[in-house]
Formats: sequence, C-alpha cells, structure tokens
Amino acid sequence: MTKELLTGAELIVRSLEYLNVSTVFGLPGGAILPAYDPLYDSPIRHILARHEQGAGHMAEGYAQATGELGVVIATSGPGATNLITPLANALMDSTPLLAITGQVASTAIGNDAFQEAYTVGLSMVATKHNYLITDATEIPQVLKEAKYIATSGRPGPVLVDIPKDILNQKTSWVEPKTLDLPGYKPTLEPNPKMIQQAAALIKSSKKPILYVGGGIIHSKSHKELYNLATTHNIPVVTTLMGRGAFPDGHELCLEMPGMHGNYTATTSIQNSDLLIAIGVRFDDRVTANPEFFAQNAKVIHADIDPAEIGKVREAEVPIVGDAKSVLIGLTKALEGSDLDTDNWVSDLKEMKQNFPLSYDQKDDGPLKVPYVLEQLQNLTEEEAVVVSGVGQHQMWISQHWNFTEPNTWLNSGGLGTMGYSLPAAIGAQTAFPDKLVLALDGDGCFQMTCQELITASTENIPIKIVVFNNGNHGMVRQWQKIFYKSKFSASELTHHTPDYVKLAESMGAIGLRMTKKDDVKKIFNEMLNINDKPVLIDCVVDPEDMVFPMVPAGGSNDQIIMNKEDLKQL
Amino acid sequence: MNERILSVLVEDKPGVLARVSSTISRRGFNIKSLSVGPTHIEGRSKMTIVTELDAVEQVKKQLNKLVNVIKIVELDPEMTIETEVLLLKVSINKETQTSVIEKANLVGAKSVDVGQDYAIFELTESSKELNKFEKLMKPFGIIEMVRGGRIAVQSNL
Repeated sequence: MTKELLTGAELIVRSLEYLNVSTVFGLPGGAILPAYDPLYDSPIRHILARHEQGAGHMAEGYAQATGELGVVIATSGPGATNLITPLANALMDSTPLLAITGQVASTAIGNDAFQEAYTVGLSMVATKHNYLITDATEIPQVLKEAKYIATSGRPGPVLVDIPKDILNQKTSWVEPKTLDLPGYKPTLEPNPKMIQQAAALIKSSKKPILYVGGGIIHSKSHKELYNLATTHNIPVVTTLMGRGAFPDGHELCLEMPGMHGNYTATTSIQNSDLLIAIGVRFDDRVTANPEFFAQNAKVIHADIDPAEIGKVREAEVPIVGDAKSVLIGLTKALEGSDLDTDNWVSDLKEMKQNFPLSYDQKDDGPLKVPYVLEQLQNLTEEEAVVVSGVGQHQMWISQHWNFTEPNTWLNSGGLGTMGYSLPAAIGAQTAFPDKLVLALDGDGCFQMTCQELITASTENIPIKIVVFNNGNHGMVRQWQKIFYKSKFSASELTHHTPDYVKLAESMGAIGLRMTKKDDVKKIFNEMLNINDKPVLIDCVVDPEDMVFPMVPAGGSNDQIIMNKEDLKQL
Repeated sequence: MNERILSVLVEDKPGVLARVSSTISRRGFNIKSLSVGPTHIEGRSKMTIVTELDAVEQVKKQLNKLVNVIKIVELDPEMTIETEVLLLKVSINKETQTSVIEKANLVGAKSVDVGQDYAIFELTESSKELNKFEKLMKPFGIIEMVRGGRIAVQSNL
C-alpha cells in the first residue's frame, strides 16, 4: 500500500489540526504562499491582519485570554521582521506563542534573495526556541515540539521557519513521536525540603506578604492562591502581570505595588518581614532600587524558571517549581498552623483607608481617565476582558479597574509595547466571541496599530475601543514635566491628530465621542448596546493629568510621590 | 581564583554555538574563553566556557534555559585538569635564532616550522604557562599567535 503524499504546506495545516489549533492570525506573502493554499480548505479559522505585528499581538491576546497557545503565520523577510516585536513581547510576558514563517527556498538561503532575512538568527533572542526546517518530513514532529516548548515550563514564543521548497516538497505524514528533549525538562514539582523550610519561615512570620504575578495566571492556580491566602490571613499584592490572580475588593487584596502602585501595596512590601514571592521576577518597576527594596524581609522565591531565582534578589528559600504545585505544597505544610497576622492585616487595612487612590473630576472640567474607567466598570455587569496599551492609561486601568478573575487583564507588561491593545483585543474576542472585550487605549498607542480596526470590522469582531485622547504621549509628557522642566520635546500629538470618529467610520466601525462628564454614561450605554460591529469612542481627556502615586526610576520605594504637591520637594 | 570553568554538554545541531554566544552577550556576561568540539557520544558536543566567578550562577541558569543545552557542570577548581593549545610565529635572524629555539624548547614548546626569518612553535599547557611563553617570545617580535581556547575535565581524585 502506498502512503498518501502530502506537501510540506499540507503537513503544516494537518499538524495544526492535529495539535487542536482552531484559529490562526496572519498575513500571506511569497514564501509562505504554499501554506495558504491548504489553509483555505481547512476548518482552522484564519484572521487576516493588516500588519504582521498586528497578527502577532492578536495571537498574544488570544493566548493571554485563554491561557492556550496562540498561532501566527507570516511570510519571509519583512513578514518575519515585523513579527520580532510580538515575539519579544511574548518572551517578556511568558505568553505561549507559535510563529510559523515562510523562508526563501533552501537553495537560495544566504544569497540575499528577494525577501530573505535571517529569521532564525533575528528571532534567536526574542524566542524561547526556534527551528529551521530542512526536510518536510520533520514538520509534524517539530510543530509538536514547538507547541510543547511554547506552552510548558515558563511559557514563551517558539518560531518555526520553513523554506518555500520545503513547503512544496512531497512526503508522507509521519505520526509525531513521543517527545524526547534531553535539554528541556522543566521542573514542576518543588523540592519538599524547600517547601518545609518555606512553611517554617511563614509560621514564624508576623508580617508576611504574598507577592504574586503572572506565574499564578499561567499555572491557573488562582484558586490555590485564594485558599492559601484566606486560610492563613496573608495579604496579597498582585503585580501588573498578576492583576486578577487574587480578587480586587477582597480585604486581603492590596493590588498593585511599584512605580505606579498604590501606597499600601508598595509600603506593605517595605514593611514586611517575609515576602512569599510566587511567579514574579522582582521587576525594576516593582522593586525600584533593589538595594532599598523590602530591606527587612526574608524572601521565599518560587518560580518555574530557575534563572529568575537570585537574579535580582537573593532568596532565603529558593523553590523551583510550578506555582500550582508550590501553593498546594505550602497549603499542606501549613495545615493546622495558626498564623498571627491579625495586627498586620488590620494595620494595612487602616493604611489603605488613609492612603486611597484619588482623582479630581470636576463637573464642568476636562474628563479624567480614572473617573471614566469607574463609570465604565459600573455600567458593565459581566466580567469584561480588559486589554490595554502602554502608558498613563495602562497604569490608571491597573490601579482603578477591579479585576476579580484571571485572564481578564491583558497588557504588555515587560516590553511595554505601545500598539498592543487593539490587535490583542481582536485576538481575545476571537477566542471569546460572546464576552465583552474592551480595548482601552491611549491615542499615541492607538495610532501605532490602528489599521487593525479594519481587521475587526471585516471579521465581525465586535470589540469595544476607548481611545483616551489627550493629544499627547501622556507618560512621556508626565516625565518631561517632572524631570525635563516641562520641555515637551516630541511628545505632543495635537497638531495633526486624526478625527477618531471619522477614522472609525471609514474603517467600518461605529465612532462615538465623549468630551464631558455628562456624556459618559450615555455614550457608554450606547457603546455597550452595539454587539454586531466594533465600536470606537474618542474619549477626550485632560492632557495635564498625571499618574500618582509614583516612585521615580531607580528611587526607593520608601519615598513615594503621592501627588503634585509632593513633586515640589523633588 | 576569580573564574570558574563550565563544561557544557550540548546537542550537536546547527546554530547551537550561536545560541550559546547570543545568550552570553544578551545578558552582558563576561566570558574569558569558549571552546567547542565533538565528544565521544554521537550527536553531542562539549563546550568549555570560562567565566567570572560572580557571574557563574546566572551564566549556568541562563544557558540551562536553552533547549539544546543538555547538561552544565561547574568544574571544581581543585580537581580540574586544564589545558590549551597555542601556535606562535616569531621573528628570528641569524643572531637570535639559537637563543629563541633554546628558550622555547626549554619551556617545552615544539618547533613545528622554522624558516629563514621566522619560527613557529606549538605549546600545549595551562593558560598561565601559555601567557608566560608569550611574554618570553615578545622581545623577539611575535608575528602571529593563535590560541585554541581552554579545555578542561574533572579528575576523579
């Protein structure tokens, strides 16, 4: 019996089906064209982005919202180089991503052929791992490996580069074998000795803080975290990537610490005697100057990536393992013990009351982002998926939005990629067609990837976009105000700003505008009632507003700038 | 000693050296020496990497994240057998010829080629001894010098 012959391109599509991929984001071109032919006949949904960066962020948004693999396809050369930003972004935020890129024919590699770029070399440090396929027979096995590497251990992006002649090569399907990766064996189960040591430290602690981040969300261990924190009365701070891992509004939830964290979250770490750090990496936006960070605290640091432990801060108890197993282990080891944290918890509760987040919305004054956010959240009954850009609005959302579920807060935390919001929201809405997906963006960010609005309308993806329009790169402006004597070099966008309402309409979306307090409820209700098209609101906000609290880069978390008045002391 | 030697077993696949060196430069680590060659096991290569003591933990951890890196052993300085090969081409003339060759032979360097106005020596020794040899030859005028990178194994003692 002769085996059915398939092209490399057909093997890709069949492998993706085999790996249960239901949606891919991409943009065709010369070298990847053979793959688009069988893709057309496949049940896999392909979303045509308008730019490969957009396609990459869509796949990231899909992955961040679902916790599953996101897949992006691009052609060689510029198609692949345009993917570098989403790859680097996914690496920083540990998002499981599979990128498939076309490459010039293997006979032409190295000859500076048309649309040739050294994709494997370019993406080497922007991926967790990458491959160049040299024989079509390898495709099913490599794609299986790629998915496994992207989604296991500390998740991340994996790129598979496939030359055009390999896409056309005819061979037969070889069922992928059991994976054998001698150099890749993530440690999931923590060392029981370390768990015992950690439990002993926790038992003797009077002022413990659970300092948790994206690792909780990746390991889907929010329930285990909730169980540990509430059983033993331990306050929790959730980092930017960990928002939603523990429910805001719970009396133990202190929310976000760090550069623009709230006073209590940042100070609780400074005053703590024990940091129980799980799935966090002591990022500089959290620690400020590490020398002054939590000087009186011992550290238990649990992470699935051993390289994170001791990278910034030495840990008294290092634990390598999956956050879920660590939390289960700690809960078990602490069973029956009674922690004495009542005073600590009530002190922090009082601190929260004394140092609340604030904003000043005047009835007839310009709109303030925090006010607008609160109004929007009041009007949304269901749990929305909130997707942010990068800058002032991102910090305000993280501060003022109440996140109660994991995977409902999508943003570019590590790399700080402006332009992330709109395409990532498209990815999230693709995964969850019936959920409310909000792209809450800045006007500077929006202008970076706004062409993807066409993707949303073409594909009937009814995301809701709010462009916080302050006519400026707001965070740049804020820093220029504080550190550059208000010399606004290249931060103003007002001279030639688009009419966002008309722009939305020209791209097949509904455009609305709000400029004053009286508009807010009415316009939001209008937006929330539209479910068959993308909607964009041009929300004109105060350009002079600044994000507080603030700890300047490299400063000490003991010196928090709470408001404009504090700035005068700088 | 301010340095540590890492013996790194890797999969013999295209691009592995590039992955290792990219990781090292991307993280800003200082590397004193790196050498790579095949092992007795099919499909496996061995890299010997000499790094600074204060960076060694992070170098190990970051390299361990590479999918093609199988095993990293930090060699115990007390129990390490280490060597490096050197080829050195030095100027000679009628007056210096005898003294150059005598000096070289005295430290165990082998003359592998001698011409009218040059001599090439080979020396396989610890890097410290190679440094000494270089110093010894310097006054005569070194034309070219190539070192093969440090390699090491752990003794069983």
